[in-house]
Amino acid sequence: MYSQGLIGAHHEVEETPEFLAAFQRRIDAEEKIEPNDPMPEAYRKTLIRQIGQHAHSEIVGMLPEGNWITRAPSLRRKAALLAKVQDEGGHGLYLYAAAETLGVSREEMTEQLHDGRAKFSSIFNYPTLSWADIGAIGWLVDGAAIMNQIPLCRCSYGPYARAMIRVCKEESFHQRQGYEIMMTLARGTPEQKAMAQDALDRLWQPALMMFGPHDSDSAHGEQSMKWKIKRFTNDELRQRFVDATVPQAEYLGLTIPDSDLKWNEERGHYDFGPIDWNEFWRVVKGGGPMTRDRVRDRRKAWEDGAWVREAALAHAAKRRARAAAAAKTAAE
Amino acid sequence: MSAETPLWEVFIRPRNGLSHRHVGSVHAADEVLAIQAARDVYTRRGEGLSIWVVPSAAITASDPDAKGEMFEPAESKIYRHPTFYDIPDEVGHM
Ligand SMILES: [Fe+2]
Ligand SMILES: [Fe+2]
Repeated sequence: MYSQGLIGAHHEVEETPEFLAAFQRRIDAEEKIEPNDPMPEAYRKTLIRQIGQHAHSEIVGMLPEGNWITRAPSLRRKAALLAKVQDEGGHGLYLYAAAETLGVSREEMTEQLHDGRAKFSSIFNYPTLSWADIGAIGWLVDGAAIMNQIPLCRCSYGPYARAMIRVCKEESFHQRQGYEIMMTLARGTPEQKAMAQDALDRLWQPALMMFGPHDSDSAHGEQSMKWKIKRFTNDELRQRFVDATVPQAEYLGLTIPDSDLKWNEERGHYDFGPIDWNEFWRVVKGGGPMTRDRVRDRRKAWEDGAWVREAALAHAAKRRARAAAAAKTAAE
Repeated sequence: MSAETPLWEVFIRPRNGLSHRHVGSVHAADEVLAIQAARDVYTRRGEGLSIWVVPSAAITASDPDAKGEMFEPAESKIYRHPTFYDIPDEVGHM
């Protein structure tokens, strides 16, 4: 979302206590940090990692849903899913551009994804087994993404915040089309309702895991809060998501697969059961059921498209050379 | 590592009567592809009527380290603002 031409000035700053204190004062005063501003190296690195991971999640997230475009049950559903998947591609591009303002190239980020150095959201390591999964993804996964992304619109880093504002404007349609699919299935035949319940059963825990580890196990949490990269902790956002989603499941007549789930009058929140963190860490470390397929598919798309990128660059170079030659002849 | 595809800055005019506004950037081999990419990435919901793309490398920016000297004079010249001048209320709106 910003020009690389404008950020060539990236130079190291000496991180004296005075410099760090002045930077923190800017953050505390809710000033936005822009690409050219001096910033601590750790702030830059944290953002590159987080925005890159976010961008990869949007792009990899196109795969499980793209899997159902040709098999959508009606033209209406197909058009909506196609538009949603295209939006996710757009989200990835806004985010890559935001990360690039920090001095990392698109090609570098792509390579990091392909060789496993960069991660993407744990949720996209799961397969989409039935059409109901497309409904559940829109409802739960985009729902969780919205919870995460709304506070990011106020992130201290300007280009990231601006990218998130665009993304958030587009997310609402994603969640609504998913919920509509769930509604249709839940009100359909017993088999259709069972499909919807099965999708909820499989995707509920993975959706909760999207908010990341418990606050006590979150490696970057505290510093990110201090720098106002994050505004709420993982556990706070997860609780909000549960509180918002339980009534939506009730409306559908579906059961959230958690026997500990119940309203806590005192807290004013729903209590919910433990999350399988072993599974979470296994997935994050690359052991998810679809991790290898996702990376393989991204790599294949990149490699299969290489000739197009090369041809476009060669064509542009040829046109430039021709124009230069014509200008020379005209001058003579 | 593959060759880097150039970066373009995208400006969109939301509707007639407004200026083009910077909305973001795209990578593209040339200006034709840049316009197409900009349309797909930034105008999926009727965000504009006109697109400009400019090679990012063609933009010259002011030096952020010189922010102080560059913009300070504007702030200290308070007599450039209407509120600097005392005009009695009787005169009416001016
Ligand atoms: Fe998205
Ligand atoms: Fe989405």
